[in-house]
Amino acid sequence: MIGEIGQFALLLALLMALVQGTVPLIGAQRGIQSWVATAHTAVTGQFVFLAVSYVCLTWAFITHDFSVSYVASHSNTNLPLMYRISGVWGGHEGSLVLWGLMLAGWSLAVSRFSKGLPAVMAARTLAIMGLVSVGILSFTLFTSNPFEPLFPVPADGRDLNPLLQDPGLVLHPPMLYMGYVGLAVPFAIAMAGLIDGRLDAAWARWSRPWALTAWAFLGAGIALGSWWAYYTLGWGGWWFWDPVENASFMPFLAATALLHSLAATEKRGAFRSWTVLLAISAFSLSLLGTFLVRSGVLTSVHAFATDPDRGLYILLLLAVVVGGSFSLYAWRAPAVRSHARFDPVSREGSLLANNVLLTVALAAVLVGTLYPLFLDALGLGKISVGPPYFDAVFGPLMVPLVFLTGLGPLLRWKRMSATEISRRIWHTLVAALIVGAVLPLLLMGSTTVMTSLGIGMALWLAAASLRDLWSKLAHRRRPLAGLRKLPAAYYGMLTSHLGLAVLVFGITMVNTFESERDIRMAPGQTHEQGGYTLRFDGVRPVQGPNYDAQEALITVSRDGRQVTELRPQKRVYWVQREPMSNAAIRTRFSHDLMVALGNPMGGGTWSLRVYHNPFQAWLWFGSGLIVLGGFIAAADRRYRLLNVVAREGGTDPARESGASRPATAEGGPS
Amino acid sequence: MSPRQKRRLAGVLVVLIGLSAASALALNAFRDNLMFFYSPTEVMEGKAPPDHLIRIGGLVADNSFREMGEDLTVRFVITDTAENVPVEYTGVLPDLFREGQGVVAHGRLGSDGLFRAERVLAKHDENYMAPEVAEALEAAGYTGHTGDGGDYDR
Repeated sequence: MIGEIGQFALLLALLMALVQGTVPLIGAQRGIQSWVATAHTAVTGQFVFLAVSYVCLTWAFITHDFSVSYVASHSNTNLPLMYRISGVWGGHEGSLVLWGLMLAGWSLAVSRFSKGLPAVMAARTLAIMGLVSVGILSFTLFTSNPFEPLFPVPADGRDLNPLLQDPGLVLHPPMLYMGYVGLAVPFAIAMAGLIDGRLDAAWARWSRPWALTAWAFLGAGIALGSWWAYYTLGWGGWWFWDPVENASFMPFLAATALLHSLAATEKRGAFRSWTVLLAISAFSLSLLGTFLVRSGVLTSVHAFATDPDRGLYILLLLAVVVGGSFSLYAWRAPAVRSHARFDPVSREGSLLANNVLLTVALAAVLVGTLYPLFLDALGLGKISVGPPYFDAVFGPLMVPLVFLTGLGPLLRWKRMSATEISRRIWHTLVAALIVGAVLPLLLMGSTTVMTSLGIGMALWLAAASLRDLWSKLAHRRRPLAGLRKLPAAYYGMLTSHLGLAVLVFGITMVNTFESERDIRMAPGQTHEQGGYTLRFDGVRPVQGPNYDAQEALITVSRDGRQVTELRPQKRVYWVQREPMSNAAIRTRFSHDLMVALGNPMGGGTWSLRVYHNPFQAWLWFGSGLIVLGGFIAAADRRYRLLNVVAREGGTDPARESGASRPATAEGGPS
Repeated sequence: MSPRQKRRLAGVLVVLIGLSAASALALNAFRDNLMFFYSPTEVMEGKAPPDHLIRIGGLVADNSFREMGEDLTVRFVITDTAENVPVEYTGVLPDLFREGQGVVAHGRLGSDGLFRAERVLAKHDENYMAPEVAEALEAAGYTGHTGDGGDYDR
């Protein structure tokens, strides 16, 4: 029964999305006010019906309604409540309902926060989002119906994949989807701007908080996924350049470029058509990501249930979105070209270089991800592109990128003399490079060129960012009181840039100095690694809510004193019977110690894998700062107080002051 | 040329040089890091180059798993049911590794015919098999269950 209600609500939501995607567009074109106004009503209706549908599916999970096929495939009477609620997005069909619900949620937010916007512009934006929703919801209903009935009703469900029974499932997919779907907003705004023929400062200002919020969610989703992979899925690795990881990383790179390009468009009217192109690309890449993950062309833990029809449908949707938006772009973009002039050494120049680097990095990831698929599709052999390729390309690209991240905010808009800026920064840069060369030697006893460069750049970025903050305060009589005067967007940028510095430091240290040992241990034996002594005290059986496990006890000591006990587990879930390792981690400021239980080797002896990862926690802390910065910037008052009509064609006070002072407090967050 | 045009030209040149450097970097890394996949039949036909990093895949042959001593070195045979390739690996095997299960191994083929694996991957779903492995098995005439992603049996 609950299934039928859910399905019916889903169908109604699709009808609402159809209305939302067509009527306002026609109304805006023909100038029919009442048709334009339907956009907001349709958005609310679609959201309500999707929420009902979503609640029905969740209820079916909670009450073990195995007459719904999806529930029977992804749940079980022994499954803890937390995983029954999050199990809704533990498979393909439910993920799509969540996708749809989030898209409707974003639409609702756009509808509510569009008061200061011309009605036609808001209506077109919502209509484009409605069309995207039609694509997603029809895909859900016609190829991946989550409410498909199952008869006869089984006594019990097949259970959720054990790999997904982890707190990571509760957080990672929703955050990631919020980011993926959120990128539909800047995309829709760009489309509406193209139709309207106006991509001015007001347009960019309206787009920025949406792009920022979506970007921050996407970043949070990726970081949480990486963390999850680190502690459970992948035997201690935090990033594998797996095609599925790349699928989420590519829209993130595009969105990062978009944020920076939007900053220049808003402040200086520069890069207009490029900004639009990035908005299109970022959303297209999220759809491509969905296609890659869901079509089954990839071998991955993420490709749960695969079906060629679905892949074809998403490919079709992708073709319509990409084809449609690029055609519109080709048709309209020449009319909205910007004519802002600037010198190579200027804020715009650094943002342009940043965009070039991000785009090249994106292209490198795209080639590495898609090339094997093309070769396979053409029958030219099965290849895979390993992590060394991505490391070899990505690392060198990050060095100038991080350098520019530090430099950009110090530059003036439009023009700055190269001598002046070099005079200001050279001592900071040299100091950072020297400390970067020495610090790894002091901490770890060795270094390489790339390591020193990585640490040096991280230090440079942190120093340059803090110096910039100081230069904004120093000329005030009471510097600390000046802290309150700086806008949130500036603090957002500062937080994110400092987060990037921390992240780069962590990645460089982990990648250079991580150690991994596969060992065989009998009870009572000890092993030394990273300054720790690990004593294996045997394995005992334990029981969880829906699994049995072998749990090892490992006593860890340092300098002869016991510091902790680690208990890695090897679990076997009752229903699906597949073994799964749960590593045990000791996290410290300067390193992680991680132990994973391997296989029994007879006579109480086990194989174990031990990792010592210097500064691993800095990755999570840095990522957290980057994401936090995005949210802080999106909360800037400037975006809330906007009154587009008043600014249209008029002067923008921020823009004028920005051109005359060095590094005013408004470089967009990054 | 006016100074402005000169500056522009310089800017374009810098971007071009940067892009070419990046492409060269990427292509070079690309060439060095492509890993081709071979089935045991292809390996036995001599199609796989020795001492190159390649991937092979198939089923772990029954009764082929041996522990070689104290240092976690193991040997087993990867088969596509038509041909067999002996594999040696040192380290902890993945959770789902067992005889009869589909695996993919990264490593190098020695001139002695022994495949020295650097990584062994087994997939996380019992009903699921890497597409390469499934195809290799089908090409070799194996008719058993090669997996469909593990949906609920309707």
